[in-house]
Amino acid sequence: MQKTYYDPADLKKFSKISEWNETLGEKFFDYYGKVFEEGALSEREKSLIALAVSHTVQCPYCIDAYTGDALQRGITKEEMMEALHVSAAIRGGASLVHGVQMMNKVNKLEM
Amino acid sequence: MIHTSLQKRNSDLAQSNRQLEFLSNGIFKNGDLPTFKSKLSETAQFPLKAKKLEILQINVGYMCNQVCAHCHVDAGPDRKEIMTRDTMLQCLDVIKNTGAHTLDLTGGAPEMNPDFRWFVEEAAKAGIKDFIVRSNLTIIRANKKYHDLPQFFKKHNVHVISSMPHWTQGKTDKQRGDGVFAKSIQALKDLNAIGYGIPGSGLRLDLVYNPSGAFLPGNQDALQRDFKKALLDDFNIQFHNLFAITNLPIARFLDYLIASENYEDYMYNLVEAYNPSAVSNVMCTNTLSVSWDGYLFDCDFNQMLELPVNSKVKHISEYNEDLLENREIVISQHCYGCTAGAGSSCQGSVI
Ligand code: SF4
Ligand code: SF4
Repeated sequence: MQKTYYDPADLKKFSKISEWNETLGEKFFDYYGKVFEEGALSEREKSLIALAVSHTVQCPYCIDAYTGDALQRGITKEEMMEALHVSAAIRGGASLVHGVQMMNKVNKLEM
Repeated sequence: MIHTSLQKRNSDLAQSNRQLEFLSNGIFKNGDLPTFKSKLSETAQFPLKAKKLEILQINVGYMCNQVCAHCHVDAGPDRKEIMTRDTMLQCLDVIKNTGAHTLDLTGGAPEMNPDFRWFVEEAAKAGIKDFIVRSNLTIIRANKKYHDLPQFFKKHNVHVISSMPHWTQGKTDKQRGDGVFAKSIQALKDLNAIGYGIPGSGLRLDLVYNPSGAFLPGNQDALQRDFKKALLDDFNIQFHNLFAITNLPIARFLDYLIASENYEDYMYNLVEAYNPSAVSNVMCTNTLSVSWDGYLFDCDFNQMLELPVNSKVKHISEYNEDLLENREIVISQHCYGCTAGAGSSCQGSVI
């Protein structure tokens, strides 16, 4: 067993996931491919969303893949960092907004 | 930012045989890279053969006013190799007598050759269909004596192809040097002002994009859309097409790859992106590259690696279409750069 949980080389083996369940694997990759096609949003916009979400779900494979993808699309590092701050703001905001629940509870219980 | 050529720095990699050694033997920790030859053989595309000559690319010298970090020519102000008028005359003979429809002048900064204007004037008389000058743009703004180049190009109906790594200053200056972006924008405005790049003007202005780092170019159409929008919105600049080019692992780009420890991954990426259907359109199949001293190569990259054409004919003075046609193209591991993804040539992607 390797001593680290993540190996960058594993990213390239992603498609092998289908080997143990072809039907579901193929359905996933079909869906994945369709999601990233140009639609109401451009492929470029989708790439930035993917990069931001990768950080939110903290997936090193996705961060690796979508940083490379963004560079290939000519996306600048300033744009990448801004997208990241959007995800960080939502993440931080999501914690903070639950504070209202805490405040409600405190207000209810306290004299 | 590095300000001198590999040659000036006395770098090991200034020697083409050292570069070839790297490309062939590599520094691969994870096993050998398959040879380009073996990849071609998989789809019965080896040996790669030259077809009819369509494009004559002439490198009129390695002197350049820039020292871009990725330069496959290792060009710069310190490079003195320059084509003489005698060699130009030999090239003109060939231009007049071949059926090639495209003449492509490159460098360095071709405009820095003292006989550049004379050569353009003479070559223009030959009535070539597509007469390209590869201009780095900043040369137009570098010095007063070059300010009228746009008018000169227009007079001879030259097709201008200019390098522009990105529509933002940061990325462009990092690859090509401080101040390059601002000067390039000014040069593009000068070209636009006399009709270059304007739809319907007949004065063709294309831009060349190549990645500013150890990654491959994305989709050419998408990049063109983004370039067009950004340059129009931000600077009111127009151009015709964008050519997305893959950086080949030679000369200063190879030096960068090795120094930044990206070499191995980059080569794997190229091999992984190898696309057999790009092979039949690689530019060496319809192009000949002439070096500043008149020698013949399958492409500008082979010229820099000092891999001459595999033919009895070695020099432009001995040019013989029959002997050059159907010759076997000289390949090595750098050729993976031309066949990755949508393929790459001097005119961008090939499929
Ligand atoms: S890439 Fe072009 S502009 Fe830059 S140094 Fe090389 S020849 Fe000159
Ligand atoms: S590097 Fe030159 S010889 Fe090799 S495939 Fe590209 S154009 Fe052909």
